[in-house]
Amino acid sequence: MAEKLHFSLVSPERELFSGQVDQVDAPGSEGDFGVLAGHAPFMTALKEGRVTVYNENQKKVYEVRGGFADVTPEGFTILAEQAAEVL
Amino acid sequence: MASLKELRNRIASLQSTQKITKAMQMVAAAKLRRAQDAAQNARPYAARMAGVIANLAAGVSGPGAPKLLVGTGSDQRHLVVVATSDRGLAGGFNSSIVRLARERIASLIAAGKDVKVIVVGRKARDQLKRFYGDRYVAVFEAGLPTLGSAQPVADKILELFEAGEIDVVSLVYSRFKSVVSQTPIVRQLIPAQVDEGAPKVDLKGAGYEYEPDEETILATLLPRNVTVQVLAAMLENQAGFFAAQMTAMDNATRNAGDMINSLNIIKNRTRQAQITKELIEIISGAEAL
Repeated sequence: MAEKLHFSLVSPERELFSGQVDQVDAPGSEGDFGVLAGHAPFMTALKEGRVTVYNENQKKVYEVRGGFADVTPEGFTILAEQAAEVL
Repeated sequence: MASLKELRNRIASLQSTQKITKAMQMVAAAKLRRAQDAAQNARPYAARMAGVIANLAAGVSGPGAPKLLVGTGSDQRHLVVVATSDRGLAGGFNSSIVRLARERIASLIAAGKDVKVIVVGRKARDQLKRFYGDRYVAVFEAGLPTLGSAQPVADKILELFEAGEIDVVSLVYSRFKSVVSQTPIVRQLIPAQVDEGAPKVDLKGAGYEYEPDEETILATLLPRNVTVQVLAAMLENQAGFFAAQMTAMDNATRNAGDMINSLNIIKNRTRQAQITKELIEIISGAEAL
C-alpha cells in the first residue's frame, strides 16, 4: 500500500494517536466502517466500541465511548469522549 | 528604637513566614508542571473540535440552523460565566479575572441588557457577590479541572439556553500564555464562536456525507463543544493559577529575605550599641574606684 492516511485519535484529556497509517476501522453509529487513504469527506457519530488502526502489519486497538469521526481529504480524526488503548 | 528581644522575635516570625512561602512556591511549581501538561494535552481536542465546527458552520445557515451555532436572533439576555480558582495567594490572578468580568457585566448592564451570572470557583463567588450577587443563577467550585467537573457547568448553561432564558453566553477566564503571563479574556460560548484562525479544510469539490444526518450530529456536537470549552477554560485557569502562585510566592520569599537582612543589620547595630554602653559603664565604674 503506497498511500497513507493521516489519522489522529484525541480525547479531552489527551491525544492518544497521531500519525500516518494504512487503514482505520471505527464503530459508527450506523454501523462499523473502515477508512483508507483518499476516502470521501464523511462525518459520523460513534457508538461504544473498538477502533482498530492498521499500519505496516501492525495493529493497535483502542476502546472508545462516544464521540465523532471526521474524515476529510487531509485525514481522519476521531474526537472521542473517552478512549483508552487496549493492550 | 525596638529592643533587641523585639527584633529577634520579628526576625524569627519572618523566617517562619519565609519557610511557608518557599514551600508554597515549590508545591506550586510541581503542580504547575502537571497542570500545564493537562492544559496542553487538552488543546488538540479543542482545536480539532473548533475545526470541525468551523467546517459545519460554513455548511449550515438559514432558519433551520441550530440555535447553539447561530444564536437566537436576539442579544438581549446575557449569561456571563466567570471562572477563577478556589484559592488565593496567587498575586493578582483572580482579581484580574474578576475585574474584567465586572467591566464586562457593567458595560452589558449599561447597554440595557439583562445579565445573569454563573460563577465557577470560590474566589469569583466571593469577589463578585458584593456587586452582582443577586444575578447569580448558579455557583460552582472549580475543584480539579476534569470532564466531570466541567460537565455540570455546561449542563446548567445548556439547560438555561434550552429553556429560552438566555440568548448569549460568554465565558471569562484567564488564558495561560506562559509561566510569566496570564491574561484574562472573554470568550463567547453561544452562539458558537468560529475561530478565524481555525484551519479550513479543502474538500476538493466533494460534499460532506453525514451519518446519521447533519442535524443529529450538530445536535450532539454543539453541546459537547460547550463542555469542552468550559473544560479548556478550567484547565487554562488551573495552569495560570499555579504559575501566578509560584511567581507570587517567589516574590514573597524574596521580600521576606530582604526584610530579614535589614532587620539583622538593625539587630546587630542595637546589640553593638548595647555592648558599647555596658563597656563604658564598667570602665567608668572602675575609674571611679
